[in-house]
Amino acid sequence: MFTNMIKTTYSDAILSGFDYLLENYSEVFVLGQGLWSPWYVGNTMKNLDKKYGKERIIDTPVSESACTGAAVGASICGMKPIIVHPRMDFMLYAMDSIVNQAAKWSYMFGGQLNAPVTIRCIINRGGSQGAQHSQALHSWFAHIPGIRVVMPFTADDARDLLISSVLCPDPVIYIDDRWLYEQTANLNPIKETPLDSVTPKCIKKGDQITIVGSGYSTLLALRASNKLNCNGICAEVFDLRVLNPFNSKNILDSVLKTKRLLVIDSGWKTCGMASEVITSIVENIPTNTLIDPPRRITLPDCPAPSSEVHEKDYYPDEEKIIKFINKFYCF
Amino acid sequence: MSVIRAAEIKIADAKKNGLIKGPVHLGVGQEAIAVGVSKNLQDTDRIFGAHRSHSHILGVDNDLHKLFAEVLGKNTGFSSGMGGSMHLVSKSKGFLGSVPIVAGTVPLALGAGLASKLQKSGDIAISYLGDGATEEGVFHESLNFARVSNIPILFVVENNLFSSHMHMSLRQPSNTINRFAKAHKIESKLVDGNDVIEIYKTSSEFIRKMRLKPEPYLIEAITYRWFGHVDWRDDIDVGVERSKKDLLNWKKRDPIKRLSDAMINKKIWTKEKQITLDSKIKELIEENWEKATTDDFPNKESLLDNVYKYD
Ligand SMILES: Cc1ncc(C[n+]2csc(CCOP(=O)(O)OP(=O)(O)O)c2C)c(N)n1
Ligand SMILES: [Mg+2]
Repeated sequence: MFTNMIKTTYSDAILSGFDYLLENYSEVFVLGQGLWSPWYVGNTMKNLDKKYGKERIIDTPVSESACTGAAVGASICGMKPIIVHPRMDFMLYAMDSIVNQAAKWSYMFGGQLNAPVTIRCIINRGGSQGAQHSQALHSWFAHIPGIRVVMPFTADDARDLLISSVLCPDPVIYIDDRWLYEQTANLNPIKETPLDSVTPKCIKKGDQITIVGSGYSTLLALRASNKLNCNGICAEVFDLRVLNPFNSKNILDSVLKTKRLLVIDSGWKTCGMASEVITSIVENIPTNTLIDPPRRITLPDCPAPSSEVHEKDYYPDEEKIIKFINKFYCF
Repeated sequence: MSVIRAAEIKIADAKKNGLIKGPVHLGVGQEAIAVGVSKNLQDTDRIFGAHRSHSHILGVDNDLHKLFAEVLGKNTGFSSGMGGSMHLVSKSKGFLGSVPIVAGTVPLALGAGLASKLQKSGDIAISYLGDGATEEGVFHESLNFARVSNIPILFVVENNLFSSHMHMSLRQPSNTINRFAKAHKIESKLVDGNDVIEIYKTSSEFIRKMRLKPEPYLIEAITYRWFGHVDWRDDIDVGVERSKKDLLNWKKRDPIKRLSDAMINKKIWTKEKQITLDSKIKELIEENWEKATTDDFPNKESLLDNVYKYD
């Protein structure tokens, strides 16, 4: 049976998520820049405009602020809009609609209204694109009560969490990563899952150290853990999936077992998601549980460099992770 | 114009041959605008660009070596190799930065003009932006604020009819944007962006007035880029096929050839002189390119430098 199954890439999985939503929910529409070009968003939206029409797949002017606000507004009126930002950096023009409006619409009006908008944005970095075309700002958004933040790592999740995000009654920031687009998986049949039931997932069993990642950093964690296996170190790997609201339970159970914790994050160190994960664990375990202090691997606290010389040092990779583990953990 | 053209063609070739790591946005075909405007500028003016700004910086600082070094990521470049093509600076010539967030520098240029007004320096601000950038709200906010506060800023809108893959007609109800200036009571002129003389005359009139009395002005220059949105191809544009016919028609309106032909017609220039000039420029390009390729990359240890001014 498995030989018949076709492997699907992460980017095709996103496309099939869009396809499912547009096919089954007439309230779904998509707007954003580059939706009529195969270039901006890879093939994650290929031909959707041809299949569903340019009224539902709207390639917009260069107006992130108005378009995001419009998506929020339409979501308050019964639609399920997906606003697409081909890079997270571009959506900073839309911060008011996201942070002041969408995140608070339900709360401010006693729950009478809500803004079930999905803000899909892409982390697109490397290739000397530099400081304004590389940012991974998930931690920032995870700081805001009222918006859910989703970062799929597997192709399954790329499709299914997109569906969960769009069907969720709350505003959701769904963040996919260009560096994952070529990852493949055999996709299971689609099953609609309420987003509030989605929690961090164990993607590799182990008992000596818990390594937590999200999005692309989960891939790094997984690769590193495979190398660690060769050295006889058995790591348990978790993929965060939903960064806010953050449910630490599975990770906590894991750390109680492994007694070691490492978090890898594709964002910056200060006030980043890695700090949040470590704190939520540390404040919930008995003193002296941990054999080694909990640690994080993040970007250094500086903007993304353009120079290829610096880019190599800037981004974590599995070699660096292995070195880090050998340096700071004692097995 | 010929120098800028040749420099960008060189960059296109190098990109094609994999010698340049980062993205390059080429403005071949649009050279007349920066050249016409820059002729009126002085080193103390304050100029801001965007992603397609090779011509904007070369217009005031024709140091080819620094441009080539920067696109190659060398520490001798305009931004010390820290920026690449999309982040250029030449402080001594008043070019205070170009960056790739669309319209990102528009309010900064506004602030530069405001500062100049408060400093009573008589200097002006130049904000180069594209037609796509006029779709960002901040552009409209900037026009309004510039008007009500009488800020000495010249908005130079290079309307090349495209924002990446999208033609103007898919994005705006009109193919020109000077209506926005009118709405904000800002004096503006729609000019042929491929006519360097017209651009020079218009900008020089506006800039002369701005220096006497701080006020905003806007020039909309209609033009066309010969290459795709990014990098070296002219046959496809970020995945979308462009009309070959349009491109060929626009190439007939080449600003350099137009000037050269007009001068030859008026007998103030000759074909021979043009040929000599072109070959001199070629030498200049090769010489500076060679020099840039042998330069060093930034020091590996400098990753964390300049995040803050205090270390
Ligand atoms: C805020 C923001 N949104 C979107 C982009 C992607 N983008 C880069 S250049 C560009 C086109 C801008 O068109 P225009 O202002 O006309 O300049 P041109 O490329 O024609 O010179 C777009 C949409 C960006 N860099 N920044
Ligand atoms: Mg344009």
